[in-house]
Amino acid sequence: MNDFIRVENVYFRYDENEKNSNYVLDNISLCIKRGEFAAIVGHNGSGKSTLSKHFNSIYLPTLGNVIIDGLNTKDEAHVFDIRKKVGLVRQNPDNQIVAGIVEEDVAFGCENLGLPPEIIRERVECALKAADMYEYRTYSPDKLSGGQKQRVAIAGIIAMEPECIVLDEPTAMLDPQGRDEVMNTLLRLNREAGITIVLITHYMEEAVLADRVIVMESGKVLTDGTPHDVFSKVELLKKNRLDVPQATELVYRLKSCGFELPECVLNEEECVRALVSLIK
Amino acid sequence: MPGKSFIHRIDARAKIFLLLMLLVFIFVCRNFVSLAAISLFSLIIILMTKIGFIKYLKSLKYILAIIIFTGILNLFYGSGDVLWQWQFLKITSGGVNNAIFITIRISVMMMVSSVLTYTTSPTDLTDGLEWLMKPLKLLGVKVHDIAMVMTIAIRFIPVLLGETDKIMNAQKSRGADLESGNVFRRVKALVPVLIPLIVSSFKRAGDLAVAMECRCYNGGNGRTRMKIMRFTFTDVIALIISVLIFGTVIYFNIVYPAVI
Repeated sequence: MNDFIRVENVYFRYDENEKNSNYVLDNISLCIKRGEFAAIVGHNGSGKSTLSKHFNSIYLPTLGNVIIDGLNTKDEAHVFDIRKKVGLVRQNPDNQIVAGIVEEDVAFGCENLGLPPEIIRERVECALKAADMYEYRTYSPDKLSGGQKQRVAIAGIIAMEPECIVLDEPTAMLDPQGRDEVMNTLLRLNREAGITIVLITHYMEEAVLADRVIVMESGKVLTDGTPHDVFSKVELLKKNRLDVPQATELVYRLKSCGFELPECVLNEEECVRALVSLIK
Repeated sequence: MPGKSFIHRIDARAKIFLLLMLLVFIFVCRNFVSLAAISLFSLIIILMTKIGFIKYLKSLKYILAIIIFTGILNLFYGSGDVLWQWQFLKITSGGVNNAIFITIRISVMMMVSSVLTYTTSPTDLTDGLEWLMKPLKLLGVKVHDIAMVMTIAIRFIPVLLGETDKIMNAQKSRGADLESGNVFRRVKALVPVLIPLIVSSFKRAGDLAVAMECRCYNGGNGRTRMKIMRFTFTDVIALIISVLIFGTVIYFNIVYPAVI
């Protein structure tokens, strides 16, 4: 089976008693493959965070099913198996760190799994190295910057050796440098360790780095495809008040002025190359 | 405060236990000789931690008011030669003795208690307490939960302090006056600081609970620990020395007359 996460016709609303209220998730179906790096983008209130909480049975669908590696999130017997497979990192790093010392916090998940101490130690060191936080292992979290704290939170999830990490706007509270640190860590984990990554984000510059971009709008999937596919639909995105990366925007505007440029560029480098070849 | 001294290396459980015993024996002292013995012992412990003595003296400032209050109160109790009298208030030689005794006792207690917090990491401390409280499980006390609550409380103290600061600044920038007026006024002025703080703490608690659930926390069942606490030779030595000192205190108590 190649689909790691399968979302089948999911409807969700917070209060099941209020029959008239709108669904926060409105008939969503999508599949995320093993080893894929998928980005989910959309406005506040588009349902992207809510969807992310369905991936490890924090929320259960009102209608429809979420299947994680063959396990239905509605099945209570599998809740811990699912949470072992899918780690969730959330927005505010301060509210995810439990222990007063970095390495002890990273160990927290493994301790909950009931692993023997030597194995926990090994995994914690591995995870800290993977998140590039090894030299900070004896620090207290409040001595760290936002980006570092978020990497500690990610290390805490890595140590549990999940097959998939879901990140709900992990960079929203970070400065640009912290954002880069976190993104580089994620890309490395995906490329080197083959961990499936689902990144929920506001920043189109981050979404561009993914293998696949899913755009959500008012509880529905607006469009879904490779970054090239998605960001070539500049008009559709604009109509829904969504940004596109600056480089994409520039090329789009130049093209609408009649310049001959490629269909879609995603980053500064491609943009420069396109402009250079145009000038020549 | 991190360090590698003998005191730092004592297992947290042994340290908590020995500290409790030390506190008990500071109270057991009945005369100046045994008090001197135990104070000397405490002083040696304090110097052994290799943390500046000034730090320990500073820890006294939090209870300075209590020390002065109990000291003065004790002056007027006790019997013996009357040194000074004003109507019903009189200071006796016994009272002076008491006052000096109590002042030394409280100061030494405070300083040795600081030894525990200065030389043990918060996690070791809570782990140690969890272990020592284990017998309470038989009475249905949720020992693990208490330890987890302590861990989280310690972890969030700096976070909440930072938050308080932010909220205070936010309120000040909207013209709130937090610093003038009498005590009642100032306490009242804190309400707009406390309410957002409480609200955001609840939000944080909710967030943290979800984050903990995401990491498969289910209340300590089947949970293991990365760091295993081990009693070592160091602890045995500490225990033997302590027992010797405590024995000396009892001996002095018997041999010399009690003054308090």
